[in-house]
Amino acid sequence: MDRILLRVGIWLSALLFAIVAVAQAADFGFAAQMVIVAIAALAGLVFALRGADYSAIANGIAPGPADQSRYYDDVIRWGVIATVFWGMAGFLAGLYIALELAFPLLNFTEYLNFGRLRPLHTSAVIFAFGGNALLCTSFYVVQRTCRARLAFPGLARFVFWGYQLFIVLAATGYLLGITQGKEYAEPEWYVDLFLTVVWVSYLIVFVGTLAKRSEPHIYVANWFYLSFILTVALLHLVNNINIPVSLFGSQSYPLFGGVQGALVQWWYGHNAVGFFLTAGFLAMMYYFVPKQAERPIYSYRLSIVHFWSLIFLYIWAGPHHLLYTALPEWAQTLGMVFSIMLWMPSWGGMINGLMTLNGAWDKLRTDPIMRMFVWSLAFYGMSTFEGPMMSIRSVNALSHYTDWTIGHVHSGALGWNGMVTFGALYYLAPRLWGRTRMYSLRMVNWHFWLATLGIVFYASSMWVAGITQGLMWREYGADGYLVNSFVETVAALHPMFILRAFGGLLYLTGAGIMTYNIWQTIAGNLRVEQPLGGPAFDPEKDRPLVPAAVAAE
Amino acid sequence: MIHPHSTYETLRQLADSWGLVLMTVSFLVLVLWPFRPGAKTRNDAAATMIFEDDDNG
Repeated sequence: MDRILLRVGIWLSALLFAIVAVAQAADFGFAAQMVIVAIAALAGLVFALRGADYSAIANGIAPGPADQSRYYDDVIRWGVIATVFWGMAGFLAGLYIALELAFPLLNFTEYLNFGRLRPLHTSAVIFAFGGNALLCTSFYVVQRTCRARLAFPGLARFVFWGYQLFIVLAATGYLLGITQGKEYAEPEWYVDLFLTVVWVSYLIVFVGTLAKRSEPHIYVANWFYLSFILTVALLHLVNNINIPVSLFGSQSYPLFGGVQGALVQWWYGHNAVGFFLTAGFLAMMYYFVPKQAERPIYSYRLSIVHFWSLIFLYIWAGPHHLLYTALPEWAQTLGMVFSIMLWMPSWGGMINGLMTLNGAWDKLRTDPIMRMFVWSLAFYGMSTFEGPMMSIRSVNALSHYTDWTIGHVHSGALGWNGMVTFGALYYLAPRLWGRTRMYSLRMVNWHFWLATLGIVFYASSMWVAGITQGLMWREYGADGYLVNSFVETVAALHPMFILRAFGGLLYLTGAGIMTYNIWQTIAGNLRVEQPLGGPAFDPEKDRPLVPAAVAAE
Repeated sequence: MIHPHSTYETLRQLADSWGLVLMTVSFLVLVLWPFRPGAKTRNDAAATMIFEDDDNG
């Protein structure tokens, strides 16, 4: 009873605080955001009151301890659904802003113009789709590899719902025009503070589970997850040191200014790629690829070398975003050199993942989920080759500020992060809902090809667009003037923008098929279909050839 | 000219001298650790741990 009173008290004070904040709000955006907080607090209050087992309390039965012989998977199931949902939302937003670039007419209202929808798209795919995938797979993997039930399930539920509230606050904030103008760190100070609380809780749940493990060794996937959680906490705290203008207002000023501010931002920005989109997803790779292939990782030693090289090198690569700026020359060179060195651990990791299939390559023909994992590793290799190349000063002089960067990011995001997440979702869905397999493996195959074709359209059109842009911008005539005006370069890209949007449509369609497939799997249906691969067998035809009767001589 | 009390200069010089040595040595120790004699069986056990036992779904 005390616990329920405490919970209800917390929710009620949160609700009252939100109402006061709405009344005191310095600007409309802050008031709107606090209304969302109030609704969330009200929902929490209702669930705290309705979820309690009153008959047990009335009879004086204390809630028994959780069954330690079972994994705690509720949060993971919600996480799978949230990943699919936010993935669809993020891909749809991406398609819409791609069309906005091709057809500017679509920017018909300030709430849905490119400038506000673009951070909504990036945050939705990175933090909502990718973040939920990391949350749920990390809770799954840490329990399975530690052979222990998740620590602090209540806190894990708070992490999940708190993270969803963070996403909703961030996304609605962008549409209302609330941003601190830092790429991938757009949410304002109050959302940042709330995310810090959620993230520290996440760390406590994860480390708590590691601490109660039954296995002596901490499996390498957990190293990657832990480095992702710790580093993101550090990056988030340093890059968001802001002083709010008003305690009830949505605006703030950053502590760092000028080139220091830019360096801190790109130290954050690049390590968000390095530790959120790389280390975290590599953790998924190191568990799900061996499990799906039913073979141990090719070299455990290499995985440890991969881990430490990634940690030691990535953290210095940020300055390559600031080549040819006011940043000291030596710092630019440092960023470039460390980016190039990063090529080696990245390819070591890719080889480690791919060679896990050594002797089982036939699985690629029969198992579309395995194909997704292998394809994601191939894209990991391709984009980690392209990235270091683009960080070389002379290449960067051509590629920077062009669509080549956009193409590079998407070959990594759609190819590596997207594909490995889809593979993990297909691995998890039947297991979490107790089904023998996915509803349809042929649909997984369709998803694979649609996604692959979408990436090909996206990346190739953006390469062409980027190099066109770069060359047109730097073209001088004999008289020493620039040959092209900016708007001429934009007009030249129009067909490429349409091809890119088409690629996005294919990728979204593939994800739509996945949504239906996972939906049916959860519902418990199995599609009757011809299995993939395997030579044909017809028992009727399995008989010896009877020679025709030979006439007697 | 190097100002004797410049925080920037102090930190930069620390970074490319002792800081660099410390980073390099700790990196090498961590990376070479799994190659120490007798580590092979431990590595193999760790790699196959996710397949052990029947109740390992």
